[in-house]
Amino acid sequence: MSDTVNSNRQTLEARQVSVRFEGLTAVDTVEETLHQGEILGLIGPNGAGKTTLVNAMTGFQAPSSGDVLLSGKVISKLTPHGIRRRGIARTFQAGRLFREMPVSENVEVAAVSLGYSRRKAHAHAMELLNWLGLDDRADVPAGILPYTDERRVGIARALAMRPQFVLLDEPAAGMSDLECDDIMQVVREIPERFGCGVLLIEHNMRVIMGVCARIHVLDSGKTIARGTPTEVQNDPVVINAYLGHS
Amino acid sequence: MDFAIQTIISALSFGSFYALGALGIGLLFSVLRLINFAHGDFITLGGYALIVPSSAVVAAALIGGFHPVLVIVIIVAFVVILALLTYFLIFQYVQNSSPATMMIVSFALGYTLQNIVVMIYGGRPKAVNLFPELTGQVQLSDGVGVQILQLVIIAVTWILLIALVLFFRRTRAGVQMRAAAEDFRMARMLGVRGKRLIALAFILSGALAGIMSLLFVTQKGVLTFEMGVPIMLFFFIATVIGGMGSLVGAVVGGYAVGIASVVLSAVLPEDIRPFRDACVFLIVIIVLLWRPQGLVLKKASQERV
Repeated sequence: MSDTVNSNRQTLEARQVSVRFEGLTAVDTVEETLHQGEILGLIGPNGAGKTTLVNAMTGFQAPSSGDVLLSGKVISKLTPHGIRRRGIARTFQAGRLFREMPVSENVEVAAVSLGYSRRKAHAHAMELLNWLGLDDRADVPAGILPYTDERRVGIARALAMRPQFVLLDEPAAGMSDLECDDIMQVVREIPERFGCGVLLIEHNMRVIMGVCARIHVLDSGKTIARGTPTEVQNDPVVINAYLGHS
Repeated sequence: MDFAIQTIISALSFGSFYALGALGIGLLFSVLRLINFAHGDFITLGGYALIVPSSAVVAAALIGGFHPVLVIVIIVAFVVILALLTYFLIFQYVQNSSPATMMIVSFALGYTLQNIVVMIYGGRPKAVNLFPELTGQVQLSDGVGVQILQLVIIAVTWILLIALVLFFRRTRAGVQMRAAAEDFRMARMLGVRGKRLIALAFILSGALAGIMSLLFVTQKGVLTFEMGVPIMLFFFIATVIGGMGSLVGAVVGGYAVGIASVVLSAVLPEDIRPFRDACVFLIVIIVLLWRPQGLVLKKASQERV
């Protein structure tokens, strides 16, 4: 724990990260540094390599070249749970919840693994579920939740481990405008409430533009733009990538 | 009426025994996807640990001669350590292989254990007189005689079932184990320590096997090196018809198989009775045709397919 509890601002850095699958370069020498306390958006058309980059940063996919560093230390050789233990959490597009278990216990698993007692873990889980507006679903089996709620539980579960960084993979996919407003509020509150840095993959531009201070745009594995929402929105390269290659 | 009560008690005690066995298999299957065919041989070894290691025809009690509490503690500890050793020496190296590979490894382990028993104790059956006071009869209110041991088996099973339910519901390891049973990789990602949890599953499974050694030896009064094989087959069938991967299913399956065996013994015509096991298997086949996923459906798959 000594290296994770540090008063300095922590960073999660992708340094010249490439991921190649048999000739296809899914991620091509991408550079980015996520700081504790900020919300960074990661966007790009389908197949741009967003999830692959997140996989590389969370140990699910070893980078073919380049490194992932946590506050300057290389972590790309670690297993996913090794990386998780160092304070980097993620969610999945498909919720990957424990379907047989009640919603509250899905979150509690992460908390008891931190060393909490069952009682404390339950209180912690309920607090998170409350915040996410899921407290009334706490006792239902996670398998019967609609997909949008599954993703919310995924966020609660990721945050239950008190990570320094959390990588959210399309949390708003399939959500209505009203639900999107809720999830935007949730994402906005994460840095302050949990003190962590957020990397947000999202297709919904309203969500991305609404919560991110900084945006990183990928297309075909390459970085095509970085900047504030306004800069990115007006970047001709980005517009071209989204409207089709002419 | 007497016959009916005796049959019911007998069915419940058989069912309890199979339920415990199926649970021992189910615990390892749920976290590791291992069908441990050596489980029956764990029970065998727990039985042999009671006597002096020698190939003499008449078995001399070793641990079996100690105070009953000591007997229980030592035999359970012995089988727990045996189970843990098989994990650390063998199964941990194949735990990422396919379930078929692990199952074959467990077969090999089972035969190895049987042959170790033959090497040390010889191949002939040995009479063992464990807890003789339990094999007596007790008179129920209306004068019906029931074997004390059958009541003990039922009681022990229910105490263990309640203990397991409390473990799974109330403890940290319990909730982690349920999570790991559903999605081991995801559980590890949430910080569950995989190896420690699997070791715990071996401890629980071994403890159940140790207790079953004592119950089984008391019941049979004889040790043979192959005695774990036929019961293991029934435990396995019980887990399958209960629904692989569900611990509730293992218990239900155990009771179903046990009760079916006893009821068939009671109602089959005299001529067919020797083929009781064949009839049990026939019923198993019919059950699986009717319900291939097992008797107990999982909650989530039930409510949203």
